[in-house]
Amino acid sequence: MLFEDTIAAISTPVGIGGIGIIRVSGNDAVSIVDKIFRAANKKSLADVDSHTINYGHIVNKDGKVLDEVLVMLMKGPRTFTREDVVEINCHGGPVPLNAVLMEVISVGARIADSGEFTKRAFLNGRIDLAQVEAIMDVIEAKTELSLSQAIGQLEGNLSKSIKEYQDLLIQIIARIEVSIDYPEYDQDEPITEEFDQELEELLTKLQRLLKTADTGKMIREGVKTAIVGRPNVGKSSLLNALLEENKAIVTDIPGTTRDVVEAYLNVDGIPFQLLDTAGIRETDDVVERIGVEKSKTSIEEADLVLMLVDSNAGLLEKDLEILEQIKDKRVIYVLNKIDLDNNITEEMFKEHFSNGTVARISAKEQSGLNELRTEMKNFVIKGNTSISNEATISNQRQKQALINAIKSLEKVLDAIACGLPEDCLAIDLHDAYGHLGMIVGESLKEEIIDQLFSRFCLGK
Amino acid sequence: MTYIAETIDVAVIGGGHAGCEAALATARMGHKTSMFTMSLDSIAMMPCNPNVGGTSKGHLVREIDALGGEMGKNIDKTYIQSRMLNTAKGPAVHSLRAQADKVKYSHKMKEVLEQTENLSIRQQEIVEVQVEDGKVKAVVTSTGAVYPCKVVVLAGGTYVRSRCLTGEHIEHTGPNGLKTSNTLSDSLKALGIELRRFKTGTPARVDARTVDFSVMEPQHGDKRIVPFSFENKEDDIKRDQYPCYLTYTNEKTHQIIRDNLHRSPMYSGVIEGVGPRYCPSIEDKVVRFADKERHQVFIEPEGENTTEMYVQGMSSSLPEEVQLEMLRSIKGLENVQVMRTGYAIEYDCINPMQLKHSLELKNIEGFFSAGQMNGSSGYEEAAAQGLVAGINAALKVEGREPMIIDRSEGYVGVLIDDLVTKETREPYRMMTSRAEYRLLLRQDNADLRLTQKGYEAGLIKEERYVKFVEKRAAIEAELERLKTVFVGTSEKVQAILEAKGSTLLRSGISLSEILKRPELEYDDFKEVDTDRPELPLEVIEQVMIELRYEGYIVRQQRQVEQFKRLERRLIPKDINYDDVYSLRIEAKQKLEQVRPISIGQASRISGVSPADISMLLVYLEQKGRMEKAQNDEKEEC
Repeated sequence: MLFEDTIAAISTPVGIGGIGIIRVSGNDAVSIVDKIFRAANKKSLADVDSHTINYGHIVNKDGKVLDEVLVMLMKGPRTFTREDVVEINCHGGPVPLNAVLMEVISVGARIADSGEFTKRAFLNGRIDLAQVEAIMDVIEAKTELSLSQAIGQLEGNLSKSIKEYQDLLIQIIARIEVSIDYPEYDQDEPITEEFDQELEELLTKLQRLLKTADTGKMIREGVKTAIVGRPNVGKSSLLNALLEENKAIVTDIPGTTRDVVEAYLNVDGIPFQLLDTAGIRETDDVVERIGVEKSKTSIEEADLVLMLVDSNAGLLEKDLEILEQIKDKRVIYVLNKIDLDNNITEEMFKEHFSNGTVARISAKEQSGLNELRTEMKNFVIKGNTSISNEATISNQRQKQALINAIKSLEKVLDAIACGLPEDCLAIDLHDAYGHLGMIVGESLKEEIIDQLFSRFCLGK
Repeated sequence: MTYIAETIDVAVIGGGHAGCEAALATARMGHKTSMFTMSLDSIAMMPCNPNVGGTSKGHLVREIDALGGEMGKNIDKTYIQSRMLNTAKGPAVHSLRAQADKVKYSHKMKEVLEQTENLSIRQQEIVEVQVEDGKVKAVVTSTGAVYPCKVVVLAGGTYVRSRCLTGEHIEHTGPNGLKTSNTLSDSLKALGIELRRFKTGTPARVDARTVDFSVMEPQHGDKRIVPFSFENKEDDIKRDQYPCYLTYTNEKTHQIIRDNLHRSPMYSGVIEGVGPRYCPSIEDKVVRFADKERHQVFIEPEGENTTEMYVQGMSSSLPEEVQLEMLRSIKGLENVQVMRTGYAIEYDCINPMQLKHSLELKNIEGFFSAGQMNGSSGYEEAAAQGLVAGINAALKVEGREPMIIDRSEGYVGVLIDDLVTKETREPYRMMTSRAEYRLLLRQDNADLRLTQKGYEAGLIKEERYVKFVEKRAAIEAELERLKTVFVGTSEKVQAILEAKGSTLLRSGISLSEILKRPELEYDDFKEVDTDRPELPLEVIEQVMIELRYEGYIVRQQRQVEQFKRLERRLIPKDINYDDVYSLRIEAKQKLEQVRPISIGQASRISGVSPADISMLLVYLEQKGRMEKAQNDEKEEC
């Protein structure tokens, strides 16, 4: 086999469906999963037959159960990648799914790059010639192959920052190397003095960047979008119209949407995480109060607010209360019921809606939804987001590389504290440099193949 | 008129550091060898700095010795000062450097050559290499003597179409006014070999009697002498040492240089050759680092019985009178007399990307090339290549597989891989930072890394090999033993720790664990470790390094495993890069030029991106499968 390390990733789309699958592939796939899997029949995975499904639990190192799972064991070469593959079917939704993935990583696998399973399948000879050629055609079209503008912009900023950090690092490395290779020459700058301080500063920057991983998640996993509006204005109808399916309960009785319903919407490749909110209003109903509190939290967390207004009813007192609550947010004002008479005046418009954009729809007649989708997309692409001007880490792979870079730098600082010599320091400094490079690649051009494989759903 | 002089196995062209190692290797491996040099008086001559070793170069010399080469032994015989550099910086970069008595170095080497069986040395200029059917056939001297031979090692140094420049003055000679070879270039070109033009330079030599050393800082040799050769012991080679002296340039020196820049052939455009960035002339330094107020100048003896002193740091091609003026502006050199003027030298060399890792030309069987001829700089780099080319030339004659040293095995491997893989646009100098696995490639363990290879090739004698195997076993045994010896919280042990300012123990611990503490030495536990065997210092040194840097060493070993996997993924020799789908044009050209043997090598070619490598992998996979399918079909028929 060409690859010796074992990779893992969530192979089902983010946030959709109740079951999530983690795929682990590589020489150590079985032994790695065995470390965290407790089969109901107490058997070790090493002892069960290939191509079997095994019921049990995933536990962390403290023995705590993370999820109830079915583990599918497939030994190579009759697998997708021709390597040993273990698939963990999780049931608990996105949070346990991620926790299980992290557990798999912590016991020896590494996060797969985008499309890496396909790449392995391909290079290990699993995919046939026709498929290879199909992939080649995609390579041919590489100039047309571009990421969505939003992500492109983010990566542009990221590359710039990473380059800057690499430059800082290379300066330090160069100083060490010069002192090693030209020991007889005096230096203009002292070598180790201020050196750890510079590294500390760099480390702080990297840690700050790591925090943006959550912001980057917005692009990767969904722009958090809160739909707000007074009760019964049609929020659930809007949500369903956008999703084109009945997910939320829609009713005429105010207050039936008691939970923040999460759903995902794909607008030209940009995911939106829709947070339906219970009607925002003061209430004595305890159950509903919880819903209302949650709504407020949703608004605080939201990157984008869709404020739904009944254009037929005009702006009511309750609408104005909500407007007050969302005045600091990025808002798209969605005027519903345009199939009926409009009772919102120009003055009202100017006074209340000028800080955002407006979309006119009829949830009932399913009209104007494309206009709304375009506005939502523009919100991201045109840089209306607060995140657009700073470097952002947007996926697990980048995050992993950044964490590795941070770890390497921490090792350097530890080594300095322990008084270890320059040649040892240099090892981790070079590693840190390499990890940073992994985040962006030397240039996008050099990442074409990875881009190519990125276009195949990760884990497939 | 030509005549057949003598049929030989190996013809070595050149008697410098590369030529000597090559000729000794082939002769010692039992093959009839002739070494041709333009002057028998300048064998193993050091036309530039009077030292051997230094950072990474010292590593090379130790590796040469481990493989069975001569340079280490020769400098041990002729050094006049020895220092271990970088001792404060960790074991990977400790570097041995010795000042040489240049004349003695040359004489001693000649003596060794003369006493080597199967080897004859001839003062003759080779003007032509004859090739037939893509194979080396003979070499021809300027006097018309034809030497039919099986293999050739080209080690022409800087003597091929060279010229020396001092200001406006140009001499068409090799270094030190020696004869240059103007015809060999034409023969090489006619064979389709691509040549390059490189440049380097040397500073003036001054008369010690006119130098005021009292105002300079002396630099003395080390008290403890570490021999270059693993076969020598300190006591065998201990002798009186001579100091070097440090002084500095000043603003006045710099002004003189600036005022005369237009007369430097470097700046007036007379020189076409590409010079090295790492070894700049003083003109370069003053121009490029304009805000630096002073530059270091080392005054180094050129030998025991001479007043000639080398002025390190002042390499220059300025006119003679300007050189004198600028030297005299330096503290301690106010009344200096110059004995030899500094100069820049331009010369022809081959593009080393035409070579295999064995240093054989890809297109001409039996034609090996080594040393500065391959675009490197430095005596040590030359000697290392000469040795590898010599060993492989001999193996070729024997019909055996070449000896290849990879990047994880030695600096020699890094040097050669860089030369044959990466586009070198300036004379190549070895540096420790070029080695990825620096912590493994230490000067102290060169024997452990390479003696086996030298033995397998046939250059290391049985007696030495047996000693080496014993040493290796002793290190392993001691490392194992230390794991099984436990020290507890006894008063004796705590007292040892306390005396060393080390944290006291709370429970028992193995010696191999506690010795990882940087403040503790092997000898500290002598009294409590009662079954300790008597071990030589070099064994203890290895044991301690292995223990102390274990974490880093293990990590580098893992990286090496990754590296080796890619090295083992071979590219078919007959690959047509035009068939590889979607390779970028630049990558295709580079791959075509280098024709790498493995995916690993391909990935190191500048201009070949990871994406190109993936394309290549895809192509190889696809091709492999198609061939397999075809074979299967054939079997069915």
